[in-house]
Amino acid sequence: MTSSLLEARAVTKRFPGVVALNNVSLSVAEGEVLALIGENGAGKSTLMKILAGIQQPDEGEIGWRGDATSIRSVQDAMKLGIALIHQELNLADNLNIGANIFLGREPRRFGWIDRAKIRQESTTVLARVGLDFSPDVSVSRLSIGQRQLVEIAKALSMNARVIIMDEPTSSLSSREAERLFEVVEDLRNQGVAIIYISHRLGEVKRLADRVLVFRDGENSGELSRDEVTHERMVELMVGRDISSHFSRQSHSPGDTVLKVTGLTTQAFPSEKVSFSISAGEIVGIAGLVGAGRTEMLRVLFGIDPKVAGSVEVAGKITSFTHPKEAIEAGLALVPEDRKAEGIILNWPVDFNSSLPGLDQKVKGRCFINFHDEKSTAENVIQELNVKTPSRHQILEFLSGGNQQKVVLGKWLELGPKVLLLDEPTRGIDIGAKEEIYQLMDRSAKDGMAVLFVSSEMEEILGVSDRVLVMHEGAIRGELSKNELSEESVMQLATGQSLSESSTLSSESAVS
Amino acid sequence: MKKLLGILSLFLLVFVITALQNPKFIEPYSMETLQVKIGLFGILGIGAALVIMTGGIDLSIGSIVGLTGTLVTFLLQEKGFSPGSAILLAIALSSFLGLAHGLLITKLKLQPFVVTLCGLLIYRGAGRWIAGTRSLGFGEHLEGLTKIISTEIPFPIPIFGKSYDIPSSFLILLALTAVFSLFLHGTIYGRYLQAIGRNEQAAKYSGIRTDRMKILAYVLCSTLASLGGVLLAIDANSVQAASFGNFYELYAIAAAVLGGFALTGGEGLIVGVLLGTAVLRLLFKASNFLGISDDLEFALVGIVLLIGAVVDEVAKRAVTKLRRRREVDT
Repeated sequence: MTSSLLEARAVTKRFPGVVALNNVSLSVAEGEVLALIGENGAGKSTLMKILAGIQQPDEGEIGWRGDATSIRSVQDAMKLGIALIHQELNLADNLNIGANIFLGREPRRFGWIDRAKIRQESTTVLARVGLDFSPDVSVSRLSIGQRQLVEIAKALSMNARVIIMDEPTSSLSSREAERLFEVVEDLRNQGVAIIYISHRLGEVKRLADRVLVFRDGENSGELSRDEVTHERMVELMVGRDISSHFSRQSHSPGDTVLKVTGLTTQAFPSEKVSFSISAGEIVGIAGLVGAGRTEMLRVLFGIDPKVAGSVEVAGKITSFTHPKEAIEAGLALVPEDRKAEGIILNWPVDFNSSLPGLDQKVKGRCFINFHDEKSTAENVIQELNVKTPSRHQILEFLSGGNQQKVVLGKWLELGPKVLLLDEPTRGIDIGAKEEIYQLMDRSAKDGMAVLFVSSEMEEILGVSDRVLVMHEGAIRGELSKNELSEESVMQLATGQSLSESSTLSSESAVS
Repeated sequence: MKKLLGILSLFLLVFVITALQNPKFIEPYSMETLQVKIGLFGILGIGAALVIMTGGIDLSIGSIVGLTGTLVTFLLQEKGFSPGSAILLAIALSSFLGLAHGLLITKLKLQPFVVTLCGLLIYRGAGRWIAGTRSLGFGEHLEGLTKIISTEIPFPIPIFGKSYDIPSSFLILLALTAVFSLFLHGTIYGRYLQAIGRNEQAAKYSGIRTDRMKILAYVLCSTLASLGGVLLAIDANSVQAASFGNFYELYAIAAAVLGGFALTGGEGLIVGVLLGTAVLRLLFKASNFLGISDDLEFALVGIVLLIGAVVDEVAKRAVTKLRRRREVDT
């Protein structure tokens, strides 16, 4: 192997309550494409932020051309020639390509911006990424894929020696992705080192000279170019003991409560989703970030309009144009972004817990039933074991887990038929997680149909009676309790069919 | 609540200083005109407060006042309408304009600032187009209409040996304050408005028809502005389309903000609007009685408001800091 250009040596990074990186190492050489893979939360992004100077490691060191160095800021990283291209692009829509490439470091002539120089140098770097646009074209006229190439051109104009790409193809069409792959290969030939983070094993296999796998904040393995296979990658990404304490008794499902047929969302207009779920069942929806899971829940709950398809709740065909209608039909949603969508942060526990049911318990025609509000809040606090000094406590001062219990509690008070949960345990501590699982279990026992989206493997494996795996807007497969394994979920989630050992049984595996 | 005590003490402070400097200030006549003004402007403030509660703003209040005053006097004087039908027509038109604001803001997702700024210009222009440069009044209807705002109800207990009266306009404001306090703090719709101001997204996810509630707020605001406009026109008995009601949206907004409504939405008590209006009107009146030149009147009011805002913010930070410290300790 050629000598390394950039190295991370035994880096550890802790955040309050969690070790994000534990003694991890990485190295990349000039003219090499290093792919970095791992499940959500494996620590990939954290390490990249450290390499780009956005965060500082707690332990370990960074090596540059073999010597120890420190990257204290984004400027330090830029000086060395390290550029991070974020998943969400950071271009200013209102400026043209040239102005974006030189944003914040405009060349000057007599105090004025030297437009001629910008134009000339931009043209050079644009040519290197094969983008056939004048630097004067406004960025707002470019497609996502073209913007991605502008970001790369910008990195090149800073003489980047290492370019880190964080899921660069996540919002590209397949043609745009193909174009990007060619650019990556060109850059490799020009001697640029590339760290390529992706969930898509197909493109990793195509591009990578070497694959580095992270799991739970640690190095879990490395594969050279000729060792790379889908199976090996999945094995290294998962392959860990599943803690047994989440596992639960399967319920015998009752009548079908929610039936979805050919549902199409705006995010994936060419995909159809069909499934059904029965009373007393807990169904998990697995998949990678961006697989279209949240979008589907939003359509089910009447937040976004559906493009096509039908939804039946308890045998009745429904079409919701507002969450209110979904709630009246017996649905409830614990949303993904708790602080933005789930709770009113600077409101007390009682106001939050009574909000969705306020109109069902009015006095007169429209007066708040304060007595009932009090008992609702006390019920939520007691039933869900919310740790709060009183029902008047502002939610901002409760822990994430207790906030989430309030969200769950306000819905359970209404006695829904279908409970939808989107990443129900995101950002909450282990103890509270366990309690949320128990509440989901209890809800199913009480006859609710529970449908939850999760990116955490333990959760999917431990809590679900049945798992639907989504990939790029479609359900790639359905796994029953005894077909369920990390490998089978990951294979489907990365867009492959199941290998021979575990067969795909369901007819609902539409693609 | 603490905020209300603060604003109440500000009122008392200015009141006592003015009374000590110029005893004429607390003569019954002077007190009565102050109450009339508080009553009239307070109505506009309540409307503004409802919109501010949702996190919005209504800049068209003054022009709605102007258009209402112009329309009512014009219909009475030149078109032979009866007072009742002229007033009803003007208020109905204003409610409809409020509906238009609400629809543009919620369905077309235009900025409240932009929509109501356009309203400010359009309604002012419409009034001038209707009435030109004429100065219109109520003519023979005045006597009857004046009773609505300045019927005097004697205050039961004499103060310092003098008997004071409460004008009906002030009682109207007290009644409206009670009604809208009950609405905002006692009904589910009031709670919904508060929820929208705090976190519209979460409110929607909890099943609240946020668009309808916001539209309601704009309709109520324009309706109250129009009602206030009718009463202010009666009080003035001389309406010039070009100037009547100019700036009143800013008085209304200032009264609401001074009374504890946050422009970011979700926060405030209707009683605060009453107190905010009282302080504002008191400052204008006091500056006359203290012999401060008319030219400085606005500057004085501005400075007092600014001091209020600064004190409030500093106090808020101190409270948060204290709270944080307590959180850490426990």
